[in-house]
Amino acid sequence: MLTVNNIDVFYGDLQVLWDVSFEVKDGEILVLIGANGAGKSTTIKTISSLLTPAKGTIEFNGKRLDHHPPHEIIQQGIVHVPEGRRLFPEMSVEENLIMGSLYGEAKEKRKKTLEYVYELFPRLKERRDQMAGTMSGGEQQMAAIGRGLMSLPKIMMFDEPSLGLAPILVEDIFRMINTINSEGVTVLLVEQNVTQTLAMCNRAYVLENGRITMEGTGEELMNNEKVREAFLGI
Amino acid sequence: MDVFLQTLVAGILKGGLYSLIGIGMSLIMGVMGIINLAHGQLMMVAMYITFALHHFLGIDPYISLFIAMPALFLLGALIQKYTLNPLLEVESILPENQVLMTVGIGMVLTEIARFIFSSDYKSVKTSYSNATFFIGEISFSIALVIAFFIAVGFTLLMFWFLLKTDIGRSIRATAQDKDAALLMGVNSKRITTITFGLGSALVAAAGTLLIPIYYLFPDIGGPFTRKAFVITILGGLGSTVGAIFGGVTLGLAESFGATYIGMAYDDMIGLIIFILVLLFLPGGFKRLTKV
Repeated sequence: MLTVNNIDVFYGDLQVLWDVSFEVKDGEILVLIGANGAGKSTTIKTISSLLTPAKGTIEFNGKRLDHHPPHEIIQQGIVHVPEGRRLFPEMSVEENLIMGSLYGEAKEKRKKTLEYVYELFPRLKERRDQMAGTMSGGEQQMAAIGRGLMSLPKIMMFDEPSLGLAPILVEDIFRMINTINSEGVTVLLVEQNVTQTLAMCNRAYVLENGRITMEGTGEELMNNEKVREAFLGI
Repeated sequence: MDVFLQTLVAGILKGGLYSLIGIGMSLIMGVMGIINLAHGQLMMVAMYITFALHHFLGIDPYISLFIAMPALFLLGALIQKYTLNPLLEVESILPENQVLMTVGIGMVLTEIARFIFSSDYKSVKTSYSNATFFIGEISFSIALVIAFFIAVGFTLLMFWFLLKTDIGRSIRATAQDKDAALLMGVNSKRITTITFGLGSALVAAAGTLLIPIYYLFPDIGGPFTRKAFVITILGGLGSTVGAIFGGVTLGLAESFGATYIGMAYDDMIGLIIFILVLLFLPGGFKRLTKV
């Protein structure tokens, strides 16, 4: 469905990704795990066209995505739920959600999708008129996910959705991602929270220092000596 | 007491127009993060358009609103698209250089106006230019009252647009988090172009409304850029609600300054308030309202 082929990515003169290739299959939950600075966020920012690969291609259902301007990516059906939520702090929750549905089908079905998101996150309905910037981290993460859903995506990319949340909320968020996936949305998840994500994913890739070093099913990686040593400290 | 009320009324009426000038600059400041130092000069262009339409074709200034505003929207959008956006593409150029570009554009506009209309003072005299009506002992300039209500109308329209339409929401989203807006599919170049156009159209409205009661010369832009800058700082950079407070405050300050200190000092009062706000309330009125 989405393939990343041999991409090299630079920040100025500094290379952060080397020859990264992977594939996201229709309907699955795919996880990229890796330590801080391994290049996980860089990878999905490149898919979102916020960064441009110096080499390599990104294809979505056979169509080239790289070198598209970033604002066109969401219209292809790929939505990026960014690290740190990145809501519009001085807009209400509902306005934030509406911002996810600016184009095409998503705009036509705005009202219906809004109902669906409120059903999924009743808390957001209670807070629909509150300024997004005044909400707690967990609520903001719900709003960020809801905003992504408003675009009726085929693929949702989550960048560290568990960052800075209490463990009980982290479980909620992961359960939510599972629900969204079971409704037919393909998920690409970037996480440092290795135990939980490996347990819920179909497949995973390990990124180390900007290179993909391992891949396998969640179970395979969970039982892999090197993964256990590097990420789980066992 | 009558003098006091008279001064208050004059200040508020003037403040309405100043708000319109300030909102335009605040919008541009919010979305692009730069102060548009050609703001007053754009107003000057709108005033000359209105003047020319009246002088050559006999068109009433209020009708000219429908010509001057679209014209300035177009001029502003073109300025953004062809002079400011290209600067963003060059990484070695700091965004601050966009501000320098606006200074240059202001100068060019001023000199073009001087070339076409010479440096002479012009004015548009209409039947209502000097007409007044009285409520009790207080006189109201009809032109200023009409200008005030049209300004309030445009301000309300602008807020409706910003709050209730997708483009308006995209403008606010871009101002609050540009990258997140990009991820939601907001074409930021298109939004900056529209915003600069809107800001220019609003200041054009202010210029056109001022013309029946004001005079016109090519260098009039500078003082109004300065006023717009003061209003924007008073209101809190980029805050459109703050700009309304900023505009009314400046209008009142100038009005009271002129009455109680002296006509020659009205600019000075505004700037003293400006310095006091910078010293004691950095962040402007926005800090008080949280809007």
